[in-house]
Amino acid sequence: MTEMSAGGPDIRPVAKESSLLAGSARTRARNAREWRMKAYGIGAIVISLATLAFMLLTIFIDGVSAFRQAKLEFPVFVDAAVVDKAGTRDAAAMAKVTTIGYKRLLTASFIAHLQERGIAVTDVSDKDLEAMISGDAPARLRDRVLADPSLVGQTVDVDVFATGRIDGYLKGRVTRESAALDSNVTPAQLDLSDRLVEAGILSLSFNWGFLTGPDASDLRPEASGLGVAIIGSLYMMVMVALFTVPVGVAASIYLEEFAPKNRLTDLIEVNISNLAAVPSIVFGILGLAIFINFMGLPQSSSLVGALVISLMTLPTIIIATRAAIRAVPPSIRDAAMGIGASKMQVVFHHVLPLAMPGIMTGTILGLASALGETAPLLLIGMVAFVTNYPAGPLEGGVMDPATALPVQVYSWASRSDPAFIERSSGAIIVLLVFLVIMNVAAILLRRRFERRW
Amino acid sequence: MSVFLTLCLLAVLAFAGFVLCRGRAMALVGGDAKRLHSLPGYYGWFGAIMAALPAVLFLAIWQIAQPLVIETRLSGFFPAEMIEDDPARTLLFADVRRIAAGLDSAIASGALSADEVAALDTTTGSVRDTLAATGVALGAEVQPETLVAAQSYRELAGYGALLRTLLVVAVAVGGLFYAIRLTNPDFRARNQVERVMLAVLMLASTIAILTTVGIVMSMLSESIRFFKFYPIGDFFFGLTWSPAFRGGSELGLLPLLWGTLYISFISMLVAVPIGLFAAIYLAEFANPRVRSIVKPLIEVIAGIPTVVFGLFALVTVGPLLRDYIAMPLGLGNSGSSVMTAGLVIGILNVPFISSLADDIITAVPQSLRDGSLGLGATRAETITNVVLPAALPGIVGAVLMAASRAIGETMIVTMGAGAAAKLDLNPFEAMTTITVKIVSQLTGDTEFNSPETLVAFALGISLFVITLCLNIFALWIVRKYREQYE
Repeated sequence: MTEMSAGGPDIRPVAKESSLLAGSARTRARNAREWRMKAYGIGAIVISLATLAFMLLTIFIDGVSAFRQAKLEFPVFVDAAVVDKAGTRDAAAMAKVTTIGYKRLLTASFIAHLQERGIAVTDVSDKDLEAMISGDAPARLRDRVLADPSLVGQTVDVDVFATGRIDGYLKGRVTRESAALDSNVTPAQLDLSDRLVEAGILSLSFNWGFLTGPDASDLRPEASGLGVAIIGSLYMMVMVALFTVPVGVAASIYLEEFAPKNRLTDLIEVNISNLAAVPSIVFGILGLAIFINFMGLPQSSSLVGALVISLMTLPTIIIATRAAIRAVPPSIRDAAMGIGASKMQVVFHHVLPLAMPGIMTGTILGLASALGETAPLLLIGMVAFVTNYPAGPLEGGVMDPATALPVQVYSWASRSDPAFIERSSGAIIVLLVFLVIMNVAAILLRRRFERRW
Repeated sequence: MSVFLTLCLLAVLAFAGFVLCRGRAMALVGGDAKRLHSLPGYYGWFGAIMAALPAVLFLAIWQIAQPLVIETRLSGFFPAEMIEDDPARTLLFADVRRIAAGLDSAIASGALSADEVAALDTTTGSVRDTLAATGVALGAEVQPETLVAAQSYRELAGYGALLRTLLVVAVAVGGLFYAIRLTNPDFRARNQVERVMLAVLMLASTIAILTTVGIVMSMLSESIRFFKFYPIGDFFFGLTWSPAFRGGSELGLLPLLWGTLYISFISMLVAVPIGLFAAIYLAEFANPRVRSIVKPLIEVIAGIPTVVFGLFALVTVGPLLRDYIAMPLGLGNSGSSVMTAGLVIGILNVPFISSLADDIITAVPQSLRDGSLGLGATRAETITNVVLPAALPGIVGAVLMAASRAIGETMIVTMGAGAAAKLDLNPFEAMTTITVKIVSQLTGDTEFNSPETLVAFALGISLFVITLCLNIFALWIVRKYREQYE
């Protein structure tokens, strides 16, 4: 200090005019940078959450209308001359009458009812009137009459689906401008629909068929439902749980508690973490080549789907289970060993029960992500058009062709009729409801059993 | 006796083994369990295991061996030229099995009696029509040799099933008696049972290896078949993708690879900044309450099935981009485009990057931050100059893993990227990816001996190798990084 003051040049930085109360330009710039970084972070979070919200909102808006369906209600005279010419009321003889006969009945009754109610139909031809009733309606009426032959000769009230375009008009998807360009619907039919709504013949009502019915062809979106897909997904999830939980838990126990540190266990470890990151479609190829081509299991069956999804989910479940086992403190093991338990007894009597809540949580989350898996199922043929419900699980239903919820979303989305976009979004709502239920269950389980050691 | 019934019988024998061995152990010590080496239950379990395990293993080996043995015996029915190469042979025996199964179901449904089946002859009428009447559909008319072989197959399989049941039961009963003989108070039943349990646990853990082997083997063998049809160089370096089902397809990988990488690149342009800034904010700025709400919310994105994002791309994002950006700028009029798929995959990958980066940033030791802050750096300066450089290897690992996910993503590109394979720079054009083509070549009617189908396996193995390399590299970086601070 003294040397400095003795004459050397003053090397201290020249103090700029500054105050503790007002920051210098440089300080302000530095602080501004901090604010900017914060703003970027908030912006990033807002963008991602806003996109999520926007996506869910559009899907909800598109899909919620799938649960309501336009239905026509009118009395139908089940003419014995058409459905039961022999007059025997014998179901086997009546089964010879195809849906074409019932279609004529429906159309005739519909036109008669409109005349009775005094609704003008002058600008709509009979053929167009017939086209307003869903192609699905005659088959349903036929099933109903065959199930109960006493209906023949009587007048029964039916509510049948209106065709998809009329349904779209009531939901605002079809307008007069689009109808003018569309060969499947005419503006005059839409005018008539307005009058039918006023008369109470045509209305939107909740459609259980969307949740329980099977898929329907491209031409009748109004009749398609998720029944087969829900059963297929259910079968698959139960089987995936049955396959993955025992194997996953056994593998985790071995790796956490028994595995010596050697090259084999190293290889297994690396394999598990890599398998968790293999693209899902590769598992589809595996399923196609091994389960279908090599082992000869039936295509599109929920069994093959479950096997493929199990192989995919297994690494996730093993990772979660190992974390749960690792969270059990060593003191528990030491205590059990100390009173003479064998290693195996320690694991199965003490460690496993204590790790169970964690294992369950991890398993449910793994199953939730398995439920939404689509790509591998496309390759093993679950995208096929399936209208028959699979048989019960004990009658070999797992070998029957089935489809799954996410696959149904995809196959509806790839059809040309815009009515299927609505149903695709509706299917997503159902899928998301299942996912939310599973996730909430996992969270509750974690809350209920979470233990801090 | 069917396999299922045999297994039921084994279950009964195993239960008997449990009861007998446990009972014998207790009887030998006069009901005083303390004089036994192990708890009485272990003697029971040992009996059950000895009754069931060898028998089940025997059954499994028999099931694998029987078809092979029968096929060898049946080869004599066919002239040599019919079975000279492997695919023809496989198809032929698949036919034989199908006809044999058809005959079985014809008997089961009561349409034909066993004698009528034995007397079936291609000269007396169409076997195909006879079987079709009982609900068994066959593709083509049955060759005389095939029918004879099928009848012989049924006969042999019938003998086989009988022999199998007898031998399996014999093995089970033998095991049971062996276990009973071994049972005495000094026998270390627990140790034996635990050895078996350990073997089962070990077996379960090797399933990961088996899966990997299965993936590689199945794709490799089919790919090799593909490269017999199609030159390997043309596949890896071909610039055109135009499968034609009449033959003469051009199946070049490069346009697909280009589409895949282009889409992944755009998705990373979206995911990396958003994910990284979100992670920095959550790890360094957000207070614990905000963090505990926002972090799970972002992770919700990762929990939504990709098909939902696919529909979002198809119905909302695609038309939006087309109507408001691509068409006004004259860049194209396609709803499905590289941009559509890229943006949506980007959003899907945000939680992936943000969670991993968040973990990695919080793992940077607090002492580094304290040192920097103590020198007077602002928090922003601490982050850019100290925390991020320290976390960089881990972040690179996270980004690589996200890239591998983007490359392997299927549903979003299937629904949002289009199906046209081209080498183009315009991001508003429809392009296609490896995964899209795997789906389109393997769905619908597939014949497993045309190059157009088999190419999917070659595509699959290319995809597998690319993502595997990225993953291994990323895992290596992350592991290396973790070790640094542990």
